[in-house]
Amino acid sequence: MNTRIDVLRPGLFTTIQDGGRWGWQSHGVSVAGPMDPVAFRVANALVGNSRDCAALEVTLTGPTLRFDGPRAVAVSGAVFELFVDDAPVTNAERFVVPRGGTLRFGQRITGARAYLAVAGGFNVPVVLGSRATHTPSRLGGWHGRALASGDELQTGSAMAASPQTSARTPELRTPYASSIRIMPGPDHVDFAGDALTVLTRAAYVVGVDSNRTGFRLGGAPVPRRSADDQLSDVTAIGSLQVPTSGQPILLMADRQTTGGYPRVATVISADIGVAGQAAPGDVLAFELCSATQARAAMVDLERQLAAMEISR
Amino acid sequence: MTAPFRIVDAGDAVLIVAFEPVWDEAVNAHAVAAAAALRQASLPGVRDIVPTYRSVGIHVEPLQTLQPLRDAISRIVAAATAMTTESRPPIEIPVCYGGVFGPDLRDVAAFAREDEAAVIERHVARTYRVGMLGFMPGFAYMTEVDARIAMPRRAVPRTRVPVGSVGVAGAQTGIYPFESPGGWQLVGRTPVRICDFSKPDPFLLSPGRLVRFHPIDEDSFAQLAEETA
Repeated sequence: MNTRIDVLRPGLFTTIQDGGRWGWQSHGVSVAGPMDPVAFRVANALVGNSRDCAALEVTLTGPTLRFDGPRAVAVSGAVFELFVDDAPVTNAERFVVPRGGTLRFGQRITGARAYLAVAGGFNVPVVLGSRATHTPSRLGGWHGRALASGDELQTGSAMAASPQTSARTPELRTPYASSIRIMPGPDHVDFAGDALTVLTRAAYVVGVDSNRTGFRLGGAPVPRRSADDQLSDVTAIGSLQVPTSGQPILLMADRQTTGGYPRVATVISADIGVAGQAAPGDVLAFELCSATQARAAMVDLERQLAAMEISR
Repeated sequence: MTAPFRIVDAGDAVLIVAFEPVWDEAVNAHAVAAAAALRQASLPGVRDIVPTYRSVGIHVEPLQTLQPLRDAISRIVAAATAMTTESRPPIEIPVCYGGVFGPDLRDVAAFAREDEAAVIERHVARTYRVGMLGFMPGFAYMTEVDARIAMPRRAVPRTRVPVGSVGVAGAQTGIYPFESPGGWQLVGRTPVRICDFSKPDPFLLSPGRLVRFHPIDEDSFAQLAEETA
């Protein structure tokens, strides 16, 4: 059974994302996928979806959506006021929007990006193995773009929503960790000796021209040894690359597959979602960690997520 | 034939097989061969393999333990033989040069201190090799352009480059698979679809493939464009 969802108001930048378009970076295809993979996975788990099911990523200002059938829904990540037909509902909990009901996002309280999962996911064409939207190349999702008023989304098939349960997620972490953990990047030796010290001592403001491709960070310049950029090399999500200005750029979900700026550090996998919750104007602090600590953090995070997925 | 490489971590979910950080056809051939061998090996926990001019990126599942993977990668790359001679025939790409299709041909001619016909002749004379793809889906960086016409990128990029535009940027030449912003010197345009997502393999160009261009006139361009539409 499918449900049609009408977009009455799209919100600032709402896109369909799934686990990402992996496997085609050799042909210049960006991965895309959620900016906060943890919140994305929580939202899907709450409505009983598989972990990579297509959901909406909501940015700073949320949408208003009308459902033509009853549907189980969950919103996780950034905390917004949420209303179903003007009655408040709660973040990080499963609720049901009735037939003809309207789900409205109100004020944003914390975080930058929320994930709205519906039971059965969103049914858009699969492009190169994924439903994720990559707006710079107009690929995937809803016609390769952010939602607009008047769009008519379809959910995937799911059992009819049963209105009784309300699973509450454990608090995985605060939306803003005190700092984001990084490992020295592949080119850190090409920087002046104190580059990593500068990066971890200073605070960096997320610039207004930041987006899903990357965050432009303003703060103490990271000293480079040379003004020359390098021959294009592999990029990673979480890569902190430094143009000649010394102001780092944090590469995020929509990053290009290759790049020529030297990479001073990489945000660890467990903390990508923390960065993904930063809005323009927010301040980021970085903390060095070892490969062992990075792995331990990921194992711990995975244990919490898996426990939540089983307990449902 | 092997080339020296090291395995570098880029965070906890990407390993990079780093060859010498220079543009060199032999180095690139090693990267392309290494990527193919790694793909063939279907290593557990690997979700993307990305050859560049001088390296191969291996994106892994975040929970993958890296040390066994490093060992396996090291073994496979050391055994991979670079195919310096590509066995497949070059892909032939028709290009309508100059005019509205190649608005920068005149500038490239001025750069080369030759006439436009001579620039076209130099551009079609060579067989190019796809060193890597990047920038956008299907965009292939091809080398090596005749030094005489190897004009650097435009100082101010265009906000809109039409689909199929053929450009030069220093020693590289490339084709825009989609309309996009871009800074390459546009010498012509091809009616051939470089990237078609309705096909199971959407990409005409892949790392290591050889490419040749040949000139066509505006009538042929219109006719071919109609056939491929």
